[in-house]
Amino acid sequence: MTELKAKPEAKRSLPTIVWPLLALAVMLVIDGIINPSFFSIRLVEGRLYGSLIDILYRGTPIALIAMGMAIVIGSRGIDLSVGSVVAISGAVMAHYIHADWNPWLIVLVTLGMGAFCGLWNGALVSLLGIQPIIATLILMVAGRGFALMINGPGIPTFRSEFFESLSTGQFLTIPTRLYLVVLVFVILWALLRKTAFGLFVEAVGSNASASRLAGVGTRVITIAAYAIIGVCSATAGIIITGDVRASDAVTSGLYTELDAILAVVLGGASLNGGRIYLANTLVGVLIIQSLTTSILMSGLPPEYNLVVKAIVILVVLLVQAPKLRSSIAVLFGSRGGKVKS
Amino acid sequence: MTQEIEPRVTMRGICKAFPGVKALEDVEFTLHPGEVHALLGENGAGKSTLVKVMTGVYQCDAGTVTLDGKEVHISSPAAAQDLGINTVYQEVNLVPTLSVAENLMIERQSSVFGFISWKKTRERARASLARLGLDIDVGRSLGSYSLAVQQLVAIARALDRETKVLVLDEPTASLDAHEVETLFGVLRDIKARGISIVFITHFIDQVYAISDRITVLRNGRFVGTGPVAEVPRMRLVTMMLGRQVEGHTGDRPSPDTIKMEGEALVSAKALGKSRYLKSVDFDLRAGEVVGLAGLLGSGRTETAKLIFGAERADLGEIRIDGQPVSLRTPKQAINLGFGFCPEDRKHDGLILDLTVRENIVLALQSKQGIFRRVGEAEQNRLADEMIKALGIATPDAEKRVGQLSGGNQQKVILARWLVAKPRLLILDEPTRGIDIGAHAEIVALIRKLCAEGLALLVASSELEEIVAFSHRVLVMRDREKVKEIVGQDITQAAIVEAIANS
Amino acid sequence: MRERRLPILATIVVFLLLYAIGGFYFNNFLTTRVFGNLLTDNAFVIIAAIGMTFVILSGGIDLSVGSMIAFVGIVMAVLVRDGWHPLTAALVLIVFGFLLGALMGYIIDAFEIQPFIVTLTSMFMLRGLSAVISQDSVPINHPFAEAFGSFRIPFPIGKGWLSAEALVMIACLIVALIIAHRTRFGANVYAIGGDAQSALLLGVPVRKTVVGVYALNGVFAVVAGIVYALYTSSGYPLAAVGVELDAIAAVVIGGTLLTGGVGLVIGTVFGGLIQGLIQTLIIFDGTLDSWWIRIVIGGLLFVFIVLQKGIMRSVTALGSQGAA
Repeated sequence: MTELKAKPEAKRSLPTIVWPLLALAVMLVIDGIINPSFFSIRLVEGRLYGSLIDILYRGTPIALIAMGMAIVIGSRGIDLSVGSVVAISGAVMAHYIHADWNPWLIVLVTLGMGAFCGLWNGALVSLLGIQPIIATLILMVAGRGFALMINGPGIPTFRSEFFESLSTGQFLTIPTRLYLVVLVFVILWALLRKTAFGLFVEAVGSNASASRLAGVGTRVITIAAYAIIGVCSATAGIIITGDVRASDAVTSGLYTELDAILAVVLGGASLNGGRIYLANTLVGVLIIQSLTTSILMSGLPPEYNLVVKAIVILVVLLVQAPKLRSSIAVLFGSRGGKVKS
Repeated sequence: MTQEIEPRVTMRGICKAFPGVKALEDVEFTLHPGEVHALLGENGAGKSTLVKVMTGVYQCDAGTVTLDGKEVHISSPAAAQDLGINTVYQEVNLVPTLSVAENLMIERQSSVFGFISWKKTRERARASLARLGLDIDVGRSLGSYSLAVQQLVAIARALDRETKVLVLDEPTASLDAHEVETLFGVLRDIKARGISIVFITHFIDQVYAISDRITVLRNGRFVGTGPVAEVPRMRLVTMMLGRQVEGHTGDRPSPDTIKMEGEALVSAKALGKSRYLKSVDFDLRAGEVVGLAGLLGSGRTETAKLIFGAERADLGEIRIDGQPVSLRTPKQAINLGFGFCPEDRKHDGLILDLTVRENIVLALQSKQGIFRRVGEAEQNRLADEMIKALGIATPDAEKRVGQLSGGNQQKVILARWLVAKPRLLILDEPTRGIDIGAHAEIVALIRKLCAEGLALLVASSELEEIVAFSHRVLVMRDREKVKEIVGQDITQAAIVEAIANS
Repeated sequence: MRERRLPILATIVVFLLLYAIGGFYFNNFLTTRVFGNLLTDNAFVIIAAIGMTFVILSGGIDLSVGSMIAFVGIVMAVLVRDGWHPLTAALVLIVFGFLLGALMGYIIDAFEIQPFIVTLTSMFMLRGLSAVISQDSVPINHPFAEAFGSFRIPFPIGKGWLSAEALVMIACLIVALIIAHRTRFGANVYAIGGDAQSALLLGVPVRKTVVGVYALNGVFAVVAGIVYALYTSSGYPLAAVGVELDAIAAVVIGGTLLTGGVGLVIGTVFGGLIQGLIQTLIIFDGTLDSWWIRIVIGGLLFVFIVLQKGIMRSVTALGSQGAA
């Protein structure tokens, strides 16, 4: 009917990944200008070195958590406890390394612990109906206490060839942890797009009541989303802990929840749920990480990192805010996105 | 309509459109001083939109509003209040977590030396409620009182300002008989002070108990107005539900297509839920359309929701294919081959952030379960097929469903169920808020589906529509079935009579 | 029964219970000295939590208070080093806190962005700026700071005393009590936290109230920062990490509903003291590890959130029953 006419020029909407990619490109170009050797990658002793590799390497833990966060935010939730889950899983891992368990079994137990934390959060959100921010705040507060409890006195250090090679090693000249990110991405992507899980999460995040009436098991879907981010956080915990060869319950994974949320938002997802952009989120992580690298290279003290990050979030949020968009639309006399018939 | 006195409020030629819907078209409304004026109509008739224009929540696109003979422009709720127009909404617009006194006196608390004196404030609150004959502990939180009390508190708050017009939006919807009497006592008292009251309701009995005059709206249009004595019940129900032109029924399904024998697909016996639906029983067979008729709040929607498991029945029994079943969740109903197009599309039907394609495959997908995903190609095929079959006006299946018009959105929900291949389709107000063209298409579609052997249960406030496609009509009143009309006996007149006879 | 009062009763019961446990197990626990120290050591958290109470009552949240405390400390230390009087510095910082809070409140309300993410940006910003100003701890050496630290009013009994920190906290409490319970602004904070939409229709100036709430909270956060700086006699960019969580926990354990609209300022003080008591008990015991603090606080949070959920259900149930 009037639809076809009302849509001006039926602008084919660009893929959502364009904007974060553009932002990343701008960031990299700036880096290239500041430091001409930015793009050079060298092979030293069978291992790749260079700023780009560095960005990928350092971005790994956040990338793992942010992918889970993308799913939780897609379900109109949020998880503030991921940092604490990182600490808990690190402590569990260190504990069983000291107990001399088989490393694969340790990985399994650690991931299981992450899943359990996620189930707890999911149960509070979905069964008790507590708001996600509040529900996950509980584990955020208590989680590091549990990690300290598992650790016992001091910061347990360890040597484990298996976990060190997993975190800091390389395979075919490429850091092992990058394979891990790719693996987790592929698994999550398959889960989201090759089963109906993605559709269901997005449906629940967009309209839970209508989803229930369409037969979607909204509770199970919500709990599953939190369980997944729990496992993602535990994976990040293994990488972080393996890197420093110690389980530091107080600082391990501190502020990762913020970086992860930021990455999802930079990827173009709304905090009001309804859409999951897994690849965009990874681009968001790269933006954050190259921002950090740029600040380091530009000679500014690293302390500026947080300040710049804050400005970036604020700008992105303001640009995303529907209120500002509509007032800009009015300002320029544009017809906006709404279709009238 | 021979009043010589100047009306308090006159609204003429009021038009208001929202994206996709014309909510009001050339509506008029006249309110006299010191009268209770009932404003009637089904959901979507436009009564709340009209009231919101009067109270400054919405600005009308065309038309004039005069107050005491002067044309006024009401730009906001605050402006309306300054003019003496106060509203009490059904979902009482007070803050439940605050105390009664705080709610009554917010922004005008008594103060001593610039600081609030709660003692004095509470005294004033008590006095204000006493005028309505209400004596309660004003220090308790408002939410801990019954809705009847909350309603009275809201009225007291409105009356504390200088009030010329008091608008009550469905004030009795959740009150018991005794509470209604108390409220009416208060209303008579207010009326005696010369205040005009606009009374929105869907309870016919209450209209006759309290109102002086009636105005009826239907589908955003003005239907009629008059003193209550001149509008008998039958005429009122006809005005609310039916077209004035009586007798035209289109090509009715012929009686021989109605299968009266054989096992019923769904058979409800005294089905109900406490505080929700008293009782309904019926049999529904494949290839049959059962219409649910009745006024707003009569139990139409409630019946539909119980059959779909959206609400859990706790009275009576339901048999499916002869087997007693306890329906707990929509998912269970879907697995039994049921589908449900809800009345409130935006809230209960559509997933606005998702595309047309995703909305269409959602029910089929939840039927198949999470791991048996409907393949990409299959999804596209189903979506394109449905877009073509139902004539959904969209450039492609990847458009976000929120950007379609009302009629097309409704077709998307219908498509969602059709691809899930249901045996029974439950439709609640399938043509609500849809323009005339799409309206006819959907009625035709219902007929076609029925001919293909689908069983349909259709709740509607459009008598003409019900008469046009039903093999059997259940007439609902006061949350229970009061009459079942079959075959050739189905006429608008018969349904109106069953509804009005109380 | 006024259900709204149940959480504060629970808070006081928990507080007394912890005190009783301490008195039962440890000899010197029930002394005015322990009590005086409890007030002194927790003064800055409680002041921050009092500000947070207004924010949470209004239905918001503020994650920036920990960073604000660090920022205030470092700025104050640097200004004093440059020859400012601490009180002048404090005054400037209070104005800064007010303005920054007001700006956050405006962004939250005008652009409808979630409070936690807006305050998150100022959390980053303030923490970053603190580190930019100085990466190391800067001592505060000034006669006023010394006088502040050694100020004591002895209690009539026992060896305990009331410190300057405790006095500032009590002053903050009195101001907060008056604002919350004796001004229209306070009444409006409760109203918008209960139901912003209805409050707007009732004529409450929502924008003004939201801006006011965050501005007020900014002032309290700055005062908390000043007290903390004088208490530690230094400014340090990594100070008070996670204090926002302690403040939120104090508010919730104090019986304030995290979704807003219900709660008492005085409850927050008890909430803060409960956290302090747990800490004191663990120190007295000497064998318990410090991680118990977090776990117990997390447990209390859980209990109070679930308790409040139940109470809200029973409060609103009466209304919705009729509607069914």
